[in-house]
Amino acid sequence: MSILINENTRVIVQGLTGREGSFHGQKMLDYGTKVVAGVTPGKGGQQALGLPVYNTVQEAVDATGADTSIIFVPAGASADSACEAAAAGIKLVILITEHIPVLDMVRCKAFLKSRGTMLIGPNCPGVISPGKSKIGIMPDYIHRPGSVGLISRSGTLTYEAVHQITSAGLGQSTCIGIGGDPVPGLKFIDLLEMFRNDPDTEAVCMLGEIGGDNEEKAAAYIKETNYPKPVFGFIAGLTAPAGKRMGHAGAIISGSKGRGEDKIAALEDAGVTVVKELGRLGETVAAALKK
Amino acid sequence: MNIHEYQAKALLAEYGVPVPVGGVAATPDKARTVAEGIPGPIWVVKAQIHAGGRGKGGGVKVCKSLDEVRSAAEQIIGMQLVTHQTGPEGKKVNSVWVEQGTAIASELYLAVVLDRGAECLTVMASPDGGMDIEEVAESHPERIFTTRLDGGHHIWPYQARQLLFGCGLTPQQVGKGVSFITNLLRLCVEKDATQVEINPLAVTEDGDLIALDAKMNFDESALKRHPEIKALEDPEEEDPLERKAADLGVNYVKLNGYVGTMVNGAGLAMATMDAVKQAGAEPANFLDAGGGANVEMVSKGFEVMLSDPNVRGILINIFGGILRCDIVAEGVVQAAKKLNLSLPVVVRMEGTNVEEGRKILKECGLNFTSADSMTEAARCIAELTREARS
Repeated sequence: MSILINENTRVIVQGLTGREGSFHGQKMLDYGTKVVAGVTPGKGGQQALGLPVYNTVQEAVDATGADTSIIFVPAGASADSACEAAAAGIKLVILITEHIPVLDMVRCKAFLKSRGTMLIGPNCPGVISPGKSKIGIMPDYIHRPGSVGLISRSGTLTYEAVHQITSAGLGQSTCIGIGGDPVPGLKFIDLLEMFRNDPDTEAVCMLGEIGGDNEEKAAAYIKETNYPKPVFGFIAGLTAPAGKRMGHAGAIISGSKGRGEDKIAALEDAGVTVVKELGRLGETVAAALKK
Repeated sequence: MNIHEYQAKALLAEYGVPVPVGGVAATPDKARTVAEGIPGPIWVVKAQIHAGGRGKGGGVKVCKSLDEVRSAAEQIIGMQLVTHQTGPEGKKVNSVWVEQGTAIASELYLAVVLDRGAECLTVMASPDGGMDIEEVAESHPERIFTTRLDGGHHIWPYQARQLLFGCGLTPQQVGKGVSFITNLLRLCVEKDATQVEINPLAVTEDGDLIALDAKMNFDESALKRHPEIKALEDPEEEDPLERKAADLGVNYVKLNGYVGTMVNGAGLAMATMDAVKQAGAEPANFLDAGGGANVEMVSKGFEVMLSDPNVRGILINIFGGILRCDIVAEGVVQAAKKLNLSLPVVVRMEGTNVEEGRKILKECGLNFTSADSMTEAARCIAELTREARS
């Protein structure tokens, strides 16, 4: 098993006819993902990558039975696209786009919640269940099917961690980039809960960074619910100065809030093995799981 | 993005939020001329920098005559103003805001912030205006009232009334306060402001409400749709190196160390800085070269890092992924040759064609070292820059 996506997930690409959408759409098809259609307003009736393109998500869903959407549209139109997907009954929206205005995301999340639609992102690399389905922009060759679940706020940092885990002889059940924005969709806590119930996930690795308090909330959840699987953590940005935004819109220490040291302390208190040196993440996870 | 008080007050006025009559001046004579057009008998002259605590640092003066306004402006313009938010070096004051003095009966605190935890706009009010709100939150949390907006950013009048009655206002003042708060929120939502602080919000002796100070922060992701807000940006307020980086389109934050870092991706860039520190060296900067990492981007990154005189060596960490390592290596070599780079450079690359990439770096004839892992790369650059220092 895996979480969120598997070999049966039927995907539409919103923005399939654009540069990013067609490039990554092709890569997903190559990986074996069931991409079934594209949506670009005004290009309905055309074909792209051998797939039908529709004007609206509703038409695409009605024609193909898609349940998941990945969105590659400009930042100003992304929240609108996500809401369109939710209104058409899409169950999982994966939003790759960076620089979406945060007040748009607040509105968008409220609407998605009212429709019972799950959101991954924005500003994220997407989701992959190795060997089953890839819905995102990550380099797939570094992954291998296995038993480690991975949740991360960053893109290339996730690739680094996945690469190390694979090099150490292990594999991944599902890897989720939850994104670097201040108002993300699903968070550490939601995905920890899903991994808890996934029999194929033996351990979870969470990659956090400075800013916000989602790592602290996850730590409290792990502690209070006696999380039954080993959890490994890493926090980026210990050398970041306060008050400066470090690339990601959500990576900022405000006053005394959002500091890396506090996140590490909270995670360690919850029994999470926090890896201090990123270069040792793979070997640490492997050593613990091979015992 | 932050803006100056005088710009914030102009925006407030545009949205029907009461502010004192005033004008901005960059010279003492202009300050006097501005004051001439404002009814007395009291004027306030305020330094315009992006930092709080200006009064305590000597950047705010209350004047009783036009001559006093001129001499106050003379003292303030050009001064290096130090407050608890500027750091010890302070900030140079280039202009002042001159406004009509307000007869104050009491001072409130009012703020609108994006609450990340609750994922909505939140309004906060306190009867303890004029004070540092973080101190109030510490000592008298019961004196801070908050209300959360729904996902549509809508505020009902009752929510504003709760805050204002909580602050002890009279029914008549509450009526004025409701429209004050409603108008302020309209501004936030229409202009994508994610943090606005009115401290103090004065209740005048006549029972009116007026914004005596205003700090505003706008969502940088939304500036594309608000060119009029983007135009308020003051480049003088930024670190010169960060300004140069922004002009070049490089995502850069200056730190105080001596190892320049260039990485693709923000999270990995932070982790790389941390690794440099763990190896016993000090990172000079955060630099996210983005997903592309082509010759142009790498050249720009080098250019920004080399403008920092403290940089003694450079660590490049690229997780190629879809990007091919031989292309990254070619870019790094070309950019280094173009800039006659002589500092030690450690390159750690991972991804497709990594062997070809390493070969290119080895055979380029420059002072380059290849590293296999992040840990090794950080150790290597720490070693090389230690030697460079001695």
